[in-house]
Amino acid sequence: MEQTVNNPLEASSAYNFAYLDEQTKRMIRRALLKAVAIPGYQVPFAGREMPMPYGWGTGGVQVTAAVIGPDDTLKVIDQGADDTTNAVSIRQFFAKTANVATTEKTAEASIIQTRHRIPEKELREDQILVYQVPIPEPLRFLEPRETETRKMHALEEYGLMHVKLYEDISRHGHIATTYAYPVMVDDRYVMDPSPTPKFDNPKMDMMAALQLFGAGREKRIYALPPYTKVKSLDFEDHPFEVQSWKDECGMCGATDSYLDEVILDDKGNRMFVCSDTDYCSERQDAGHRGPQHHDQPLGTSHSNGKAAE
Amino acid sequence: MTRSHEPLLRVSDLTMMYGDRVGCRNVSFELRPGEVLGIVGESGSGKSTLLRSISAQQEPTKGTVEYHTRIDGIRDIYQMSEAQRRLLMRTDWAFVHQNARDGLRMNVSAGANIGERLMAVGDRHYGNIRNAAENWLDKVEIATERLDDLPSTFSGGMQQRLQIARNLVTSPRLVFMDEPTGGLDVSVQARLLDLLRGLVHDLNLAVIIVTHDLAVARLLSHRLMVMQRGEVIESGLTDQVLDDPQHAYTQLLVSSILQN
Amino acid sequence: MSEMLHAKNVAKGFTLHTQGSVTIPVFEGVEFRLNAGECIALTGESGSGKSTFMRMLYANYTCSSGSISVLHDGDWLDITTASPHAILDMRKRTMGYVSQFLRVIPRVPTLEIVAEPLIALGTARETAMEKARDLLTRLRIPERLWQLSPLTFSGGEQQRVNIARGFIADYPIMLLDEPTASLDTQNRATVLALIEEAKARGAAIAGIFHDHETRDAVCTGSFDVTSFKVGAND
Repeated sequence: MEQTVNNPLEASSAYNFAYLDEQTKRMIRRALLKAVAIPGYQVPFAGREMPMPYGWGTGGVQVTAAVIGPDDTLKVIDQGADDTTNAVSIRQFFAKTANVATTEKTAEASIIQTRHRIPEKELREDQILVYQVPIPEPLRFLEPRETETRKMHALEEYGLMHVKLYEDISRHGHIATTYAYPVMVDDRYVMDPSPTPKFDNPKMDMMAALQLFGAGREKRIYALPPYTKVKSLDFEDHPFEVQSWKDECGMCGATDSYLDEVILDDKGNRMFVCSDTDYCSERQDAGHRGPQHHDQPLGTSHSNGKAAE
Repeated sequence: MTRSHEPLLRVSDLTMMYGDRVGCRNVSFELRPGEVLGIVGESGSGKSTLLRSISAQQEPTKGTVEYHTRIDGIRDIYQMSEAQRRLLMRTDWAFVHQNARDGLRMNVSAGANIGERLMAVGDRHYGNIRNAAENWLDKVEIATERLDDLPSTFSGGMQQRLQIARNLVTSPRLVFMDEPTGGLDVSVQARLLDLLRGLVHDLNLAVIIVTHDLAVARLLSHRLMVMQRGEVIESGLTDQVLDDPQHAYTQLLVSSILQN
Repeated sequence: MSEMLHAKNVAKGFTLHTQGSVTIPVFEGVEFRLNAGECIALTGESGSGKSTFMRMLYANYTCSSGSISVLHDGDWLDITTASPHAILDMRKRTMGYVSQFLRVIPRVPTLEIVAEPLIALGTARETAMEKARDLLTRLRIPERLWQLSPLTFSGGEQQRVNIARGFIADYPIMLLDEPTASLDTQNRATVLALIEEAKARGAAIAGIFHDHETRDAVCTGSFDVTSFKVGAND
């Protein structure tokens, strides 16, 4: 992370190391330091235009660019998968501008940039998880004024967050918020954990890895230092619960991971598979099998839709 | 019900200037628990300016507003920290706006509107919050089946009553009202007046009510302050001020508005 | 007899700012006493200021000078200088007033309006309601009307509601402004009975009565306001 020296011989010489100029990276690092010092607090930063549209992870990319060094190994996932367009393009972006090693293996990565998921495999102290954040302000749902939401954070006026949860229960009989589920950080700041499914919220609590959040459009950075207390908001009589599935993963048979539903045909046939592709394939390599597994390589069953036959 | 003689609110020499223009000037009065004070005067007389300054929404140019807090005794509200002041405003105080839309969250249900203040002070039991909201809906005469409906589906009178419920759920001791019956049909006004009068009495609320409607002032307030050009020109017992006005402006106001 | 109220050297005038600030003097040098157990008729021809004087006794009208003292809670309260709080407390616990006008919030049921002064004194709600029902029955307000607002009633019915409200609490002092006007014989008899009962329990009563029969039936004395009219002795 301390490494800021350009490596023009290895990286594409047309770009500064990791695309951003050194001054910008220093500015972002200062914001990150402040964010780490005040867990859950949204630090404004002078977000730059990136060579990709807003909504494609410009915030996460800037954070990654500010912390990545030549010796890092980068993994990028979108909805848990390494092979989606967004993940592939960001991985290629850093491979080209920083010439860093990339991987799809969670365990091998030193930096993991993510949209929507936290890897199933437990992260370590020597790893950094970078989140792409669309809307960093958890209070925005009910309070459109930025001046007011800042004041509410400053004065810890968080009743409004429970108004949202109250509405959920009154409409659906339970807290129906399933992603971007608000959390209380270190008993002080209410934070939007980005649109991760609430399934992943417990993983944030006391995580060994450093968690950094970047919102490009809104130009905000926030962070969870390692081993920070993260509590999902709830009511005494409607405690926080994560999603669970009746099915197991069709490919690896996992019952403890976040599952995506895959429609197989237009006759209503479907299967569930792990959203974390690395986790799933690692389990399959270890010999685990799910009901729809026919010893084809993972992915074939997704694309040709013939797995059930 | 005996009223305490200790004032709940003391306003001293309050002046609000907008540059050279006078918002209100040299206003002093005390309010006791359970007492209803009406502030009357025509548009632009400084009523609303005064109300904003008293209710911690706009720091006055000069003068003090002291409130007898539950915990710390008498405090100058503009010397409190903002956190304390905001806590006071959403627990022990209430503000009923003329336009219910200004006082409600239109995009969440009636129940959430009422429950918000409870959740703001740390209530974390959904069932209890919902019961409290249901009770209050009933108290303000809105069918409890409407608990999960959005305020936008309510009539104007219902919205106003919902606003009152939302404000009173934390049992405040001081309520500010800015033309609470303004813009409502006459029959709806009557119902609201009746409701307000009952709540004021049952909950021993101290109220400062700004209105240009002298009939409303007569029916609700114990005391009256008449304002003209930013100054209080006459004050006293409501029926004395309205039936035997001494000041030229009050006489004009009474003779031009009051019908019976 | 114990004195309940006295007016000393009271003067009253109206300044009409909207009409060229003309000042209309009404009274000067008024001396008036009211004792427990008596019923004094305020007399004087129409327009002589009987109602004005009664309103001054209730502190509804201010006095230009002089004092009006009321025995309230065992102490003398000068209502010409007392704070609004003290006057409201005096009205709540010491002085009842039956006016000719019914000023109530629309929609409030008659029964509530009648019972309210007693409830305000701390009487249990059901006890107050029971007494309100008794009074309304005595004053022949049909039971089917009790849950309605009196604003829809006839003049005579409204007046009887006013009387019921005025007599429900046993005030030590009562002011009655033409309590029997527009009442039929039966109801007038009821009102006279109520006044007699009040006297019997020691209430000090001042009233304006439009007819001699009523006055002669209940009054123990009279007070002619005309003699204190400004210019009366010219």
